[in-house]
Amino acid sequence: MKNLGLLIVVLVGAVLIYATTDFPPFGDPESPASLHVSPRYLENSLEETAVPNVVTSVLVDYRGLDTMFETTVVFAAGVACFLLLRVPRRRTPAPRQYRHRLTGLTFRIKDGGEISLPLQEFEPMESIWTPHDFIIEKVCCYLIPFIQLFGLFVIAHGHHSPGGGFQGGVILGASIILLSLSHDLRTALKRMGEKTSALFSTFGVLIYAGTGALCLLLGYNFLDYQALDPLLPGGPVMARYHGILLVEVGVGMAVMGTMIWIFRNLASRGRHEEGL
Amino acid sequence: MEEVLRLVVERYNYWIYITLMMIGLYALIAKNNLVKKIVGMNIFQTAVILFYVSIGVKKGATIPIIEHNYDMAHQAIRAADYVNPLPHVLMLTAIVVSVATLGVALAITIMVYHRYLTLEEDEILKQIRES
Repeated sequence: MKNLGLLIVVLVGAVLIYATTDFPPFGDPESPASLHVSPRYLENSLEETAVPNVVTSVLVDYRGLDTMFETTVVFAAGVACFLLLRVPRRRTPAPRQYRHRLTGLTFRIKDGGEISLPLQEFEPMESIWTPHDFIIEKVCCYLIPFIQLFGLFVIAHGHHSPGGGFQGGVILGASIILLSLSHDLRTALKRMGEKTSALFSTFGVLIYAGTGALCLLLGYNFLDYQALDPLLPGGPVMARYHGILLVEVGVGMAVMGTMIWIFRNLASRGRHEEGL
Repeated sequence: MEEVLRLVVERYNYWIYITLMMIGLYALIAKNNLVKKIVGMNIFQTAVILFYVSIGVKKGATIPIIEHNYDMAHQAIRAADYVNPLPHVLMLTAIVVSVATLGVALAITIMVYHRYLTLEEDEILKQIRES
């Protein structure tokens, strides 16, 4: 199998390298890919949408339908992970361990056992106990708000600088994932529950599709943001600008929710009790 | 000789991506461990992403953000001054989708491990045949 694989790989590689002799040279401004569609986008984007970042305007306006279904793919992947891995909470609680905060004594509760002591004095323990690292926890505590602020900036400033919904959403999701890595999964779940992350990803897709449907209701084509002119200030061109922002927020929410959702299901094998 | 050198200098970027892509393809075909196969798949995707982005490059061009003043006044736009935005758009979504597919692939791997208690392909096949 290894030799056969090597043979196939070498053959395919040789065919592909032979094919590159017909390709345009690297960095050629006259290459076929840059001659037909993209000059129109580059030259007209600023007049038509008032968005200087052509990547954003092409992503959300000219190719909006494509991006909507890409967002749906991301959402579908989150749902697929959920359906594959998530196990319902057990009717009888599993054996688990608690530590008394004041004395440091640890208790082990038998399978199906109940605890009758005041719970706020105890903290649940992982079955594989990892010591809390003070420096890492504190540094992450101070970093996470700034990471989230930067994520919001990337979403909101995607019209004028590199950025947008996908990038900002991933940064926001990474901040919550960092929280569950530096502390533990339970802390992160307390901050942002499973339902919240699932609702974020659902509502993100809904905002995107809803914006498109709103354009439809106002008598224009699906995702033709010019239709939002009566609802938003600044004329038809600025309506496109604001419509793009609306959709970017939706994309950011969907991506953020899905990233967190996928991570939690993977890290705890669908139990959402203890994980990385 | 000069012809060959020109060929190498103008197109070596494609050869790098093809090498990367073939490394990924080899991992997909020949590796026995499912996680290594997933790593191979990601290397393959990265090669495709690099390939697309390199198609958009124009020599002497800048990023596709149109220069403008605060009131959106701008000079005449020459398409040759800005790199091709289309490959960037396509790959932007492809990166996020590749993360999503990676998540699903890992979820399936976890389920496979849960059931067969191994990630080696030949051992899984043996267990399937025996049962």
